Order: sequence, then structure tokens, then C-alpha cells
Amino acid sequence: MAAYFHSVTLEKDKCMGCTNCIKRCPTEAIRVREGKAKIIDERCIDCGECIRVCHNHAKRALTDPLEIIKAYPYPVALPAPTLYSQFSHKFKVDQIIQGLLNLGFFRVWEVARGAEIATQVLVKYLENHALPKPVISAACPAVLRLIQVRYPELLEHVIPIESPMEISARLAKKELEEEGYPVEQVGVFFISPCAAKVTSVKNPLGVKKSQVDGVIAISDIYGPLLAQLASTASGSIQPRASGAGIGWAVIGGESRLLPFNQTLSVDGIANVVRVLDDIAMGKLKEVDFIEGLACMGGCVGGPLTIENSYLSKTRIQNLSKKYGMSYPEVAPEFACSEFFWTEKIEPCSVLVLDEDLALAMQKLETLDEIHKALPGLDCGSCGAPTCRALAEDIVRGLAVEIDCIFKLREKVTDLAERMVELSSKLPPSIGKPR
Amino acid sequence: MMDDNKQFKPLKLHFTVEQGDFIRAGEASSKIKKVLSQLGFPGPLIRRVAIAAYEAEMNIVIHSWGGELEAEIGPEHVKIVARDRGPGIPDIALAMEEGYSTAPDKVREMGFGAGMGLPNIQNCATEFIIESGEGKGTVLRILIAVKE
Ligand code: SF4
Ligand code: SF4
Repeated sequence: MAAYFHSVTLEKDKCMGCTNCIKRCPTEAIRVREGKAKIIDERCIDCGECIRVCHNHAKRALTDPLEIIKAYPYPVALPAPTLYSQFSHKFKVDQIIQGLLNLGFFRVWEVARGAEIATQVLVKYLENHALPKPVISAACPAVLRLIQVRYPELLEHVIPIESPMEISARLAKKELEEEGYPVEQVGVFFISPCAAKVTSVKNPLGVKKSQVDGVIAISDIYGPLLAQLASTASGSIQPRASGAGIGWAVIGGESRLLPFNQTLSVDGIANVVRVLDDIAMGKLKEVDFIEGLACMGGCVGGPLTIENSYLSKTRIQNLSKKYGMSYPEVAPEFACSEFFWTEKIEPCSVLVLDEDLALAMQKLETLDEIHKALPGLDCGSCGAPTCRALAEDIVRGLAVEIDCIFKLREKVTDLAERMVELSSKLPPSIGKPR
Repeated sequence: MMDDNKQFKPLKLHFTVEQGDFIRAGEASSKIKKVLSQLGFPGPLIRRVAIAAYEAEMNIVIHSWGGELEAEIGPEHVKIVARDRGPGIPDIALAMEEGYSTAPDKVREMGFGAGMGLPNIQNCATEFIIESGEGKGTVLRILIAVKE
């Protein structure tokens, strides 16, 4: 596999090796080795669970610093709708947009508008293509990656259209180009609530190359932007997105706009796993559409946000009301098919034990035997999330049985008993007759 | 017909399925699915096996007095055998009709037993044999070829 980029990384100095994170990872991508957590890159879907759960703040997402925008004469900000929820309701959306311009952006292209366009593209797509039910939203890149890694058989359920971020990036560049700016001098920067979006820019799924030139964390831009807001007046800019697009920031925001009878909105990666398990067994066929978001509450709960996610949710709901749910049609000059995926997503085989089926079967049998012999406490002391995961690591040659402290203790006890036994043996010169 | 996966020691999995245990229903099929993913079988096959195994498992939970599910995994095909102790199916042809169900109302209220189980299995299977008769219990033999 080619070097795979993903965004979540570990700051070694801060990691205490506490094993809190290993249990929460939905793809069992973390092990603790030599007192430090280690992420198995190919398994990580950048859901951010480990960022959230780490008390030592040792997990972080690789994003770009705000200064990156200076590398382009015409930098464009693409604020995720979640950004609007980070500030008190006294600050209006147009003020936030103005604040971004004050920070040095040449233009702001609202991803909330991109979301409205994505909704229309999606409806168009489904008019002409039959997908197996339930169809699954591709909006959350962490969920998309989860499907690729754990549920490749469900890839055909996923609606293959670009994300609001990609759509916005493309349209922003197009607009500036039409206005006569040299497109190579236009840099487009997504203001992100999550690490998964960084990965979907550096390592895109469904498109060959992302149109986004950099990703800035909401948590990084929050301070500078807040400082701007105090001195920014409202009223000079007319936001383009309506409450419909802004609503995409919370769970259910996408489903609510779609013409389906039965939709299911699931937030939190563990809940998404449960629902995907059910779909994989042929359940939930009566459901038309499933919107699965990795973060609790939706993107407002993203790991790179600042504000309490429940408060953010309320703010987004209020904004949705304020800006209304009617939004303009996609401009007729765009063919919706422009935004369909061009690349097929291939299943990712990180969970496969061996490429050779016969060997894989042997390994599976050994894995079962090893697993049966382990204590089954899933204590995590060995650095793997469960006894089963340790057994798997042993079979893959990445761990040994005595990594399990109970197994080690058995061995030590055994050894101690033998030593006692040996120590009772006396030399023949002073011992009993043999 | 259902020949063995030649020259290959197939992997066998065995599960006990309890009558009426809706809480654990699906665990066996879920494990079978996981094993197939770890062995690297193609997605469409995994899906067919998962659905067939799940429906067979649910049949035991809903209609029988308990039974067992076996999976035999080889390079050519996956074989599922669902064996139950139970009242048996008096009219197999009728049971194979979509929408026909003998599930009690209580079970239907839970969203199960819509009469799609056997037809669903049929759709996923390459070969499908039912052995049953009134008072005899039921055996479902499902073979799903890796290459369709
Ligand atoms: S980001 Fe998610 S998938 Fe990646 S290591 Fe952390 S918890 Fe695991
Ligand atoms: S729910 Fe939103 S913020 Fe969270 S990972 Fe998915 S896209 Fe990112």
C-alpha cells in the first residue's frame, strides 16, 4: 500500500501510556508500546475519538496553521457551518464572514451553501440511479473510511457524490477564475471541525484530487477570529446560505432536506458501528436513507471545536430558524453530474489476516486457540484493546503471549516453583541417599 | 451438488441458537461475517452469507425450540447448515412464498417474521435445500459459491 496519510497523530511527550484511548478506537487502531500509544496508520479512520478521550491531550490532528494563507495572493476561506456555532448569538453570520476577511482572507465561500447544493445533487443522483437500500450518506469522511475498512460490502450503498466541502472549493475557484483571477494563485482553505476532513483532502476518496489547498482547525482560528469579532460591525455582507445549509452542522441536518419517507440519523461512531452491523446483515431495509456522523450531535461535536456541543447544537437550530429553510436552486449552468464521484472506492483490506486464504485460515485457527488460552478480561494491560486483539497481534507476529500479564505471572509462578524445587535439592555430599 | 471444498481443510464454525432469544439473535451470523472479512473474502460474498446466515438464525429463534448453526468455509464456497428442533414446516412450498409467515403476532410486532426469511435465503444462495416435515424439525442447507 502506498504511504497512507492520515491526520490524527500522537505527541509522544504528553502520552502517559494510560490505555484509555485503546478501548475507544472503533477500528482497534491503537496499541500501547513502551509506555506510549501508537496508532496503526492504515487502520485509523480519523474519527477523533482518541483526541476526545485523552486527558493528557496527547492526540492531535495535523492541520495547517493560519499563516498558510499567506502563501497565496487570493486565499479563500471555506467555513464549515459548525464555525457559526462557536460564537455567542450576538455575533451574526455576516459578522463572522467579515471577521474572516479581516483575518486576511480574500473571499469567503460558505460550505453551508455547498451543503445546499450537495442536497440538490444528491436528489438528482437518486432520480437516475438505483442504489440498494438503505442508501448511506457520504457526508462524514470518518464514517466513509469506516465503511471502507470494516464494511466494504456496504460501499455500494453509499451515495457517490462529492462532499459540501469539495463542492464549495470547486465553485469558489470557478467563481474567482470567471472574475479573471489566475486560478493557480487562488488558495482555498477549509475551516474544519475535525481531523477526518484533513485526511479527505490529503487522501481523498471518490475524487482523484481534492480542490482544497489547506485545512485550518476551528480550534486554531477561534482565538484570532474572536478578537476580530469584537471590532467587526454587522450589516455589510449578505450571507448566501440559508438555515437549511447551516443545519448540516448538526445530526439530522442532511436527512431533513431529503425527499425520503424513512430516514435514520445516527451520531457517535459507536452507534454508527451498530447500525452498519445491522445493515450488513440485511436488516433496516425499510429505511430509505441513513445519515451517520462520527461525532455526537454531528459536526458541532467535532474534535477540533471549542464550544460545548449541546450549546452549539442549539445555536445552529436557532440560526436555521433565523435564516429560513428555503434556498436557491443550483445555478443552471452546472450539470449536477459534475459533482458525482469519479473514482471507485476500493475496499481496504487491513483486517485481512493473510492474502493467501489457506494461510489466513490457519492463522484464524491459531488465533482462536490463543484467544481461548487468554484470561478474557480485556484489561488492556498488554497494550491491546481486547484479548482477542492481542491474539490477533500474536498471530500477525506483532506481540507475544507473555505480553499478557496473567500469562507472564503464570510463567513466573511456574519458574519460582521450579526454583524452590531446585533449591531443596542438596549436593550428594550432604544430602540424603538418592 | 454440495461437494466438499476440495483438497482444502475447510474452517468450521459452530453456534448454538436458543429459541426466543432475541437479545443474542444475530450474534452467530455476525461472527461468521467477521471471520469472512478477516479471511479476505470479497464483499458481495460476505454480504450474501451474512444475510442468509442471519435469516436462518432468526428462523431458529422465532419458529423452533432451539437449534444450531454451522458454517463451513472453504475457497470455493461457504456452506451454512441451520438445524432446529421444532414443529417443522408442514408445507415447504407455501413457506417459500414471499410474505407467508407463521410467526406469532407478538414476534411480528417486534418487526420480525415478515415472511421474507426463506425467500431472502433463496436469493442469496447458490443452492438451497430444506428438509422438514411436520413434527420433525427443520434443516436448512445453504451453499453460497464464492464465484457466482
Ligand atoms: S482517530 Fe479514531 S480511528 Fe484513529 S486512532 Fe483515534 S480513535 Fe482510532
Ligand atoms: S461528524 Fe462531522 S466533525 Fe465529526 S468526523 Fe464526521 S465530518 Fe468530521
